[in-house]
Amino acid sequence: MTSRKKRRMWILVLCGIGLGSATALTLTAFQDNLVFFRSPSDIVAERPTPDRAFRLGGLVESGSVERQPAVAGQRPVVHFRVTDGANMIPVVYQGVLPDLFREGQGVVTMGRLGVDGVFRASEVLARHDETYMPPEVADALKRAGHWNPAQGAAPDAATWNTLNPRTQQPTIPGRTGS
Amino acid sequence: MHRFANPGRFLRLTDAWMPWLWALAIAVTAAGAYWALVVSPTDWQQGETVRIMYVHVPMAWLAMGGYTGLAIVSIMSLIWRHPLADLTARELSPVGAAATALCLATGSLWGKPMWGTWWVWDARLTSVLVLFFLWLGHAALVRAFDDTERGARAGAILALVGIVNIPIVKFSVDWWNTLHQPASVTRLDAPGMHVDMLYPLLTCALGFTLLFAVVVLARTRAAVMERRVRALEMARARRLDAPQ
Repeated sequence: MTSRKKRRMWILVLCGIGLGSATALTLTAFQDNLVFFRSPSDIVAERPTPDRAFRLGGLVESGSVERQPAVAGQRPVVHFRVTDGANMIPVVYQGVLPDLFREGQGVVTMGRLGVDGVFRASEVLARHDETYMPPEVADALKRAGHWNPAQGAAPDAATWNTLNPRTQQPTIPGRTGS
Repeated sequence: MHRFANPGRFLRLTDAWMPWLWALAIAVTAAGAYWALVVSPTDWQQGETVRIMYVHVPMAWLAMGGYTGLAIVSIMSLIWRHPLADLTARELSPVGAAATALCLATGSLWGKPMWGTWWVWDARLTSVLVLFFLWLGHAALVRAFDDTERGARAGAILALVGIVNIPIVKFSVDWWNTLHQPASVTRLDAPGMHVDMLYPLLTCALGFTLLFAVVVLARTRAAVMERRVRALEMARARRLDAPQ
């Protein structure tokens, strides 16, 4: 490599280091503003004022969904609790829920936390997790007692991602034959 | 590497490959599309909507992988001043922009029925939108100069500045909480996707990648030939202008 090419290479390397560290520092500085939603534990630790709108995210707690009887001409009202395992926040929402909404599903809700501690949501979005599973495999896992979708995320992917539900039973780690 | 950077040798070498590459790219994409859209199972909660993923995910990989390729040819252009690297960068960005646009459009079509919204400003979606603007900006910038070499230089610098966005796109779902789900396939433990869906996805990804590569190759070949035609025309004009 000639000296001119070498010099150009070093300029590129130095610019790259400078730009990379500048970006890393900026992103670290704005860390708190880059989160899309806050968890129930964040809310319990630092309670926002009732006038502040924010997004609350977590799992819909199992057994917490209560749909109020429909009133003609009004959008349906639903009560549920959003949990992250450690803490939970009760939520009330009037409107149409996305198709993926169910107990155990991740959700992100936009709204305000009232003085009574109830989160009044103006929007509910379902959060899909990174699990892609054919219905037969999901049924086999549920039948074997290996997974209850209402309780949360699917089990370790290695236990089901090559499972053929027509010929195999799911193998459950920590449990021996049946 | 320098041997392949000669435009004449590049034309001669790729001349023999092109029909085979086109045939292979079309065959793999067609097989992948049939496997993914007809044979593969539905998802237990997404239903048929899961099939959008077989286009969305390969386009996302191509948007990021193609941009990494753009950064590599930009380095070759800035350090070694290879004319072929400039031409490749110029022909790469519209194709990369198209892949990124398809990734955004299919993601939006999936988001409405599944999440309940076409778009949110979370870290993943926003950083991919920035990636789309970087592709468009590069395509526009390299064409904005009368002096093509200066345009190539400016484009290469833009491409290298924009490369900081690639790790942000990739790791946004791990560094911050987002509405977009984390990676299913490219993670350290077992893929969170059943093999009946994973294999058609990988076939589609291979097919689209071949298609992407062969389109960029064809465009670059056309650009090399166009440059030759222009050089010949200039030489002829000079000859005709010269006093008899």
